[in-house]
Amino acid sequence: MKIQRKGQAGTMQSSDLMVIVEPADGLVIEIESTVKKQFEHLIRARLEQVLAKHGAEGARISVNDRGALDYAIEARLETALRRAGGLS
Amino acid sequence: MALNSLGREIPDSFAGKKLLPYADPWSLQPHAERSTRAIRRLTHNGSKLVGGLRDAIIASGLKDGMTISTHHSLRNGDSLLNDLVREIDALGIRDIKIASSSVHVVHAELIPYIRKGVITGLECGVNGPIGELISKGELDCPVVVRSHGGRARALICGEVPVDVAFLAAPCCDEYGNFNGYYGPSACGSLGYAQVDAQHAHKVVAVTDNLVPFPAVPVGIPQTVVDFVAQVASLGDPKKIVSSTTRITTDPIGLQIAKYAAMVIRASGYVQDGFSFQTGTGGISLAVAEHVRDMMRQGKVKGSFGGGGITGYFVDMLEEGLFEALFDVQCFDLKAVESIGRNRRHQEMTAGTYANPFNCGSVVNRLDCAILSATEIDVDFNVNVNTESMGYLLHNTGGHCDVAAGAKLAIVVAPAIRGRLPIVRDAVTTVTTPGETVGVVVTERGIAVNDRLPELKAELIRMRAPVKDIRQLRDEIYAITGVPRPIEFTDKVVGLIEYRDGSIIDVVRQVRQ
Repeated sequence: MKIQRKGQAGTMQSSDLMVIVEPADGLVIEIESTVKKQFEHLIRARLEQVLAKHGAEGARISVNDRGALDYAIEARLETALRRAGGLS
Repeated sequence: MALNSLGREIPDSFAGKKLLPYADPWSLQPHAERSTRAIRRLTHNGSKLVGGLRDAIIASGLKDGMTISTHHSLRNGDSLLNDLVREIDALGIRDIKIASSSVHVVHAELIPYIRKGVITGLECGVNGPIGELISKGELDCPVVVRSHGGRARALICGEVPVDVAFLAAPCCDEYGNFNGYYGPSACGSLGYAQVDAQHAHKVVAVTDNLVPFPAVPVGIPQTVVDFVAQVASLGDPKKIVSSTTRITTDPIGLQIAKYAAMVIRASGYVQDGFSFQTGTGGISLAVAEHVRDMMRQGKVKGSFGGGGITGYFVDMLEEGLFEALFDVQCFDLKAVESIGRNRRHQEMTAGTYANPFNCGSVVNRLDCAILSATEIDVDFNVNVNTESMGYLLHNTGGHCDVAAGAKLAIVVAPAIRGRLPIVRDAVTTVTTPGETVGVVVTERGIAVNDRLPELKAELIRMRAPVKDIRQLRDEIYAITGVPRPIEFTDKVVGLIEYRDGSIIDVVRQVRQ
């Protein structure tokens, strides 16, 4: 699944997150979160799971999380991937 | 290092003071005389006005190494503490400890003076950035967090000797009588300042509203005030009292309030003589509204509403639902206006409110109380001091005092705040011991402490969503995931003192 352009989804509201997907070499995940110390491992795991599911590659994934639950993370990332042309 | 009874590691000493690990809420007995101060004799009958703040500091004899205090009834609108420390610095005085009744976000202005060595210790809890920097190890300043009752105890027992109290006096005369009822910085009750007025070695009334003698009604009398200082302003009135405190409109909050009201109903305490305390949060006020309806329907004549007072409680007093209000601090304009007018709206000192070491404080007479929480663990211990990053961000307030005093302490909190599970295996910091907490109410269920089997049975009979607290934790973890514990270094940067002076927990520096 090739990332063709920048795609963005989400908000900066509490309990939501902002995901930006951009074309890049390899696959880079950057996470900022209000609950980073307690949940970075779970946020990363869910992001990787979604990326693997769609076979995404050649992308920089920047996440600014405001304490979103897993289903929100999944939905926002999928939408951002779609907007980036990485999902059909 | 020793373990206290809750399994928290307590060092032998902190900032040069030997520590007593917490054992239980009840058994520690005082072995002290009431603290004393020199008796003064003032023979002149003229004015005690010394000029401005700087003149007052000089007149008070403040020197390096001494302890000062202010009261926090002006809350986040207070400018006195910042102005005071600026003047202390300008006079070249160093190594001052602050033992105010609370320090707020607005006092982040003190940070450069802490770095500079003007302020070298906080004998009081802090709200906001100062605590965060201390937790990160970026600011070196030992802090001892005390509850409202615990602070009163520490001053009264002489554990924290205050050399000079600078007390904001919203309505004051030249001979030192003052009250909090009138003037541009009116804050209502002066409950916290009363303790300082009676125990500080020197007392300065600082006013922005000098009135002709006598300032009546007298809240704090001329007999304990050494000097009067005049300033242009004590603070921002808009931030001193909020004009309104509102019921939550959040559906989760309303659901929690509904469940909390079921708990109060099930307790059977809502009958003639009922007494009640809530905080000012939107959920608390929603519970108060349910309670008002219950009292109306049952034609209940309550005894008193206590603690910090809001307009909701004023309405209940004026409607005849309570005999009286005991007010340590006014939270909104309606409460301020009422305390100056209603004989049954009684000002009370922080000692009368919550000091554990006297012949019985007002919290002991509470039936039901609503308390908040940042975290709750499966033993019902509550944290209100440290936030999700492990930083010390909030003061205890009356939390552990009210929990210990009330027959039924009900802790209300959403199950999840921005992915953080509120009910968890262990709290980051223990503010209030689970032994004093009766019930935990979330929108996902009600957990009853095992020591209240009858209440639990009654709630089940009422078909309330009663759950074991471990079941509640598991349900919440299933949604949020299990959080990784925050990592701390071994360095202790602050103490959480229980109301009796024993150490219930410590704050360690967060590993960055």
